[in-house]
Amino acid sequence: MSNFLKKYRFLMLRRVSQIGIMALYFSANAYGFNVLTGTLSSSLLFGTIPLSDPFAVAQMFSAGALLGADVLVGALIVLLFYVSIGGRAFCSWVCPINMITDLANWLRRVLLLDKTEKRVWLGRGVRYWVIILSLILSAFTSVAAFEIISPISMLHRGIVFGMGMGFAAVLSIFLFDLFAVKNGWCGHICPLGGFYSVASKLSIIRVKHNQPNCTLCMKCKDVCPEKQILSFIGKESGDVRSGECTNCGRCIEVCDDDALHFGIRNYINKNG
Amino acid sequence: MSNLDSKKPVITKRRRFLSVMAQSVGLSALGGMVWTGYIEEAKSAPLILRPPGAKPETDFLRMCIKCGQCAEACPFDTLLMAKPGDNKPMGTPYFIPRDVPCYMCTDIPCVPVCPTGALDEESVSSVVEGEKVLDINKSKMGLAVVDEESCIAFWGIQCDACYRACPLMDKAIVLEYKRNKRTGKHALLIPKVMSEACTGCGLCERACVTQKAAIFVLPHEIAQGKIGGHYIKGWDPDDEKRLNDVSVDVTTRTKRSELVPQDYLNSDEVLFDE
Repeated sequence: MSNFLKKYRFLMLRRVSQIGIMALYFSANAYGFNVLTGTLSSSLLFGTIPLSDPFAVAQMFSAGALLGADVLVGALIVLLFYVSIGGRAFCSWVCPINMITDLANWLRRVLLLDKTEKRVWLGRGVRYWVIILSLILSAFTSVAAFEIISPISMLHRGIVFGMGMGFAAVLSIFLFDLFAVKNGWCGHICPLGGFYSVASKLSIIRVKHNQPNCTLCMKCKDVCPEKQILSFIGKESGDVRSGECTNCGRCIEVCDDDALHFGIRNYINKNG
Repeated sequence: MSNLDSKKPVITKRRRFLSVMAQSVGLSALGGMVWTGYIEEAKSAPLILRPPGAKPETDFLRMCIKCGQCAEACPFDTLLMAKPGDNKPMGTPYFIPRDVPCYMCTDIPCVPVCPTGALDEESVSSVVEGEKVLDINKSKMGLAVVDEESCIAFWGIQCDACYRACPLMDKAIVLEYKRNKRTGKHALLIPKVMSEACTGCGLCERACVTQKAAIFVLPHEIAQGKIGGHYIKGWDPDDEKRLNDVSVDVTTRTKRSELVPQDYLNSDEVLFDE
């Protein structure tokens, strides 16, 4: 049992965090339990601290909106947290879509789909183009372009206010990730993940690798949703430096050799 | 043949970089077109009533972050967040007065919680004795319109349900007394909406007794026309003052016809020109 807890400690914490945050939003609307009101787009913590989606605010600027102070402060708080401390933790600790795509990913492994399916070309850089595109289209259409089609917003708004046809969007992401492209949405297309990848490139909390312990079993690469960031595993010790790491901690859990752990980024010695 | 003879073309790093960029731009162009098409369609859903204090629709869509704090603050669950499938700009707040109208809370809980200013507190505040106070009566969510053909008051039946439901009775809806020509001895009590006072709360639409409401709230852009600056009320000295600002030298920019009217008025050639 304790082994099980150890093997899934971050996974369970992440689910508690993801479900807990959604439960707080839900209960604020449904029962008036006002700890965290609003949705992930913009919310109010304890009735005082504003929290807003910095990527949404960037699009709204591009759309030509003059925004109120609350949303700007909120976006700044969120951005500063991820930029300095959390890294791309939004994706694996907060975003509800992550549970959908993780499920698809797990099913892929169970059904051995990676071994049999035809490869579809889709670069991991696509998300950065989607960011550029959403900013350009926001300027053209005077609407935050990604926000109006975002399946992430559809899901978290759906959880709080009712899904409507939003389940179709969520289902299509699930099927896309399951049958079409491994980590297709979160790891290739989603501009919000791309935004946090760029923004939090220099955050403090990092996964660290201790090369002498590594037995090259490659379990970490198997389970990593962004496995290109683990290319140095088994070759040298050091931090995972790519901003694309979501700090989900799955690699740490599956490692039987104690070769990976969370730590503080070594800013000075790059081979730390 | 010369191609095969000559040396293999050198694929430089720069060439590779440029072609990858071009490829991405090409894909983005296609994706962007589809994406823009969807957004423009979604934006043009015009029959939508916004919460009190909402900015004009274009600005509102720009500024609304779709967080739903207004909908959560609403104690009557009037405000809904547009879901996929509602055919409204996704995630934006709106209400359907026939189901749940705006009950015009005097403390307007939905407006101050808006983090972006898409719901503008200024537009629903007035200054009373030097102090800014919220004033829901200033809101302009829409305008109630009466369909004379389905309103039973126009038949001569005394109804006045909308008149009595109106929170601004005798200001936003007034009853006009007209002679009932059919009976010759009764009065018609006709509801009339005063556009200056109507807030568009929809309590009248909710109260209307007909199967489908005969009085209903429409967004201002749909319910109202616009006269345009070139009509001036000659009988109104104030309105006529606008003429003072008009520059006198009006010039005709289109070239005048050089023909004498008799030359062309009697022939049909011009009609079938080209």
